[in-house]
Amino acid sequence: MSYLVADRLTKTYGTADAEVVALNRVGFEIAAGEFVAVMGESGSGKSTLLSILGAMNAPSEGTLFVDDIDVYQLPIERQADFRREYLGFVFQHFHLVPYLTVLENVMLPLVTTRFRAARKHAMAQEALAWVGLADKVGRLPAEVSGGEKERVALARAIVNNPPVLLADEPTGSLDSRTSGEVMTLLQNLNQGGTTIVMVTHSEACATYAERVLRLADGRLVDADPGDAGGALHPGKPLQVVAGLSA
Amino acid sequence: MKLRHIALKNILRRKAKSGFVLAGLVVGVATVVGIITYVEAMTADINHKLEKYGANILVVPHTDQLSLSYGGLSLGGVSFDMRELSEASVARIHEIKNNRNLAAVGPVALGAVEIGGQRVLLAGVDFKVAPVLKPWWQVDGRLPGVGEVMLGHDAARILQLSVGDPVEVAGRPLAVSGVLAATGSQDDQILFTTLGQAQTVLGKEGQVSMVEVAALCEACPIEEMTRQISGVLPGARVMGIQQVVKGRMETLHQFQRFSYGISAVMLFIGGLVVLVTLMGNVRERTEEIGIFRAIGFRQRHVMAVVFMEAGLVSAVAGVLGFVLGVGGAWLGLWLRGAGHRPAVGMAPELFCGAVLIAVVVGLCASAYPARMAARMDPNQALRAL
Repeated sequence: MSYLVADRLTKTYGTADAEVVALNRVGFEIAAGEFVAVMGESGSGKSTLLSILGAMNAPSEGTLFVDDIDVYQLPIERQADFRREYLGFVFQHFHLVPYLTVLENVMLPLVTTRFRAARKHAMAQEALAWVGLADKVGRLPAEVSGGEKERVALARAIVNNPPVLLADEPTGSLDSRTSGEVMTLLQNLNQGGTTIVMVTHSEACATYAERVLRLADGRLVDADPGDAGGALHPGKPLQVVAGLSA
Repeated sequence: MKLRHIALKNILRRKAKSGFVLAGLVVGVATVVGIITYVEAMTADINHKLEKYGANILVVPHTDQLSLSYGGLSLGGVSFDMRELSEASVARIHEIKNNRNLAAVGPVALGAVEIGGQRVLLAGVDFKVAPVLKPWWQVDGRLPGVGEVMLGHDAARILQLSVGDPVEVAGRPLAVSGVLAATGSQDDQILFTTLGQAQTVLGKEGQVSMVEVAALCEACPIEEMTRQISGVLPGARVMGIQQVVKGRMETLHQFQRFSYGISAVMLFIGGLVVLVTLMGNVRERTEEIGIFRAIGFRQRHVMAVVFMEAGLVSAVAGVLGFVLGVGGAWLGLWLRGAGHRPAVGMAPELFCGAVLIAVVVGLCASAYPARMAARMDPNQALRAL
């Protein structure tokens, strides 16, 4: 059964005279627990697609359903709740907050939840232990290596156990050995049931995925786009995961 | 970890900018506190000086008396219906609404007596309140008790009496307990004795000729005090020594108005410093705020972080501004030089007010930057990749 359904996603920028089509009627379905790689040349629309899947960039046309929730029909603040409860992000350049320690960076997605301080602490330490950084909790991001930063970012993305992980070039800044370690972590995570959508330029990284979606000029060129229209997914209210809602 | 930890850590990380916001607010708050403290100290000082003037309200019976004086030369008065006040009615002065502002109430019995062939004015006064009503008195000897009189400086000279001498007043043998040093006032020509003794000598038992009142006018205008006393003594004429009080208070009020205007401008400038600095902060933190939004911070969470930062810095600015303001006022009064130096108090309500003003200005000024941060598109964080 499809967990994530993108239907005819279109994103245009600019006015009618100088309109740029970043994404053109892209549609696909991803099952729960699937590991999908998105590949394509620079400017093919990968990042735009990822930002739309991340509930941060409303499409000009088309719909996105995750767990039968029509994401862009949610009010703006509920979209924030959706991101907190359903999604984890791993960014290419880590995007750690420089004045917070490794542990505090990992705890960030839990800050606005109702969990007690001790539980937040335990969850963050568990996530850091899972990525092998249990001994680096008190360090600042500037005091750890690039590979460790990526693992901190991964720990932050999974600390609240989101069902979907979105990763944008997670190994883009890493050497091949460290890249392999990070991809292994992603694979382990996927085997634990997390749905992963990963944007990558690397064919080697793409081999970890079960399926590859290829984009060119904003169109999907190497996948069955399917036709999962809104009629099939009437939508349901965003279910609040116990304890996560602020 | 909570939102306030993020706010606190960001303040500590951006020490220079936080310091700039702090300085802007401290100057504004210190100005307000300094001016208020200075004005209050000056008001207290004026009141202190007015108290030194002694009685500032006179209560006399209604009379149909025509004054016969011309060019400073008094030719005596013609009294058609001279009345006295009863002692019982004098007690009603203590029943006025602002009775806490009564520093002293001194009934006086007046009448002429003959001593050695000279007609002299005898005044019976309550010597318990004399130090408040006549603070300028300097007595050679001591204040009189029963069977004693005190002479004014001129009266002692003209009657050729000194401390310890016997004197017969209206056929009663009394002793001179003291002589007043020259005051330059009518007191120099008067004989003073206790109120009860004067009433007996003058045949005015239970009656007084006038009442002198010393009112503290800090919390209550003198006009209001005279109105209230008139209310409880409808048969009396109540007169305030208004010129002195009005003149000095009016000057102070003009200074107050001007100073509060300056304070408002300083606070406005402090608010602008907060606004501009926080807007710069928010722009610098675009990526960080984008990350917060991307991982599920609501708009109100982002606003809360900005407000907490502004609130924390503002509260510290309030405390520092209070200390600096009070210190500045103290310095100003110290530099003012000789004379009575008013006390500068660390009033708790002023401290709370200073912190409150700083926080309110800080929060108001940070409202726009907070809104700007909250409405930031989280997609900007991904674009920065």
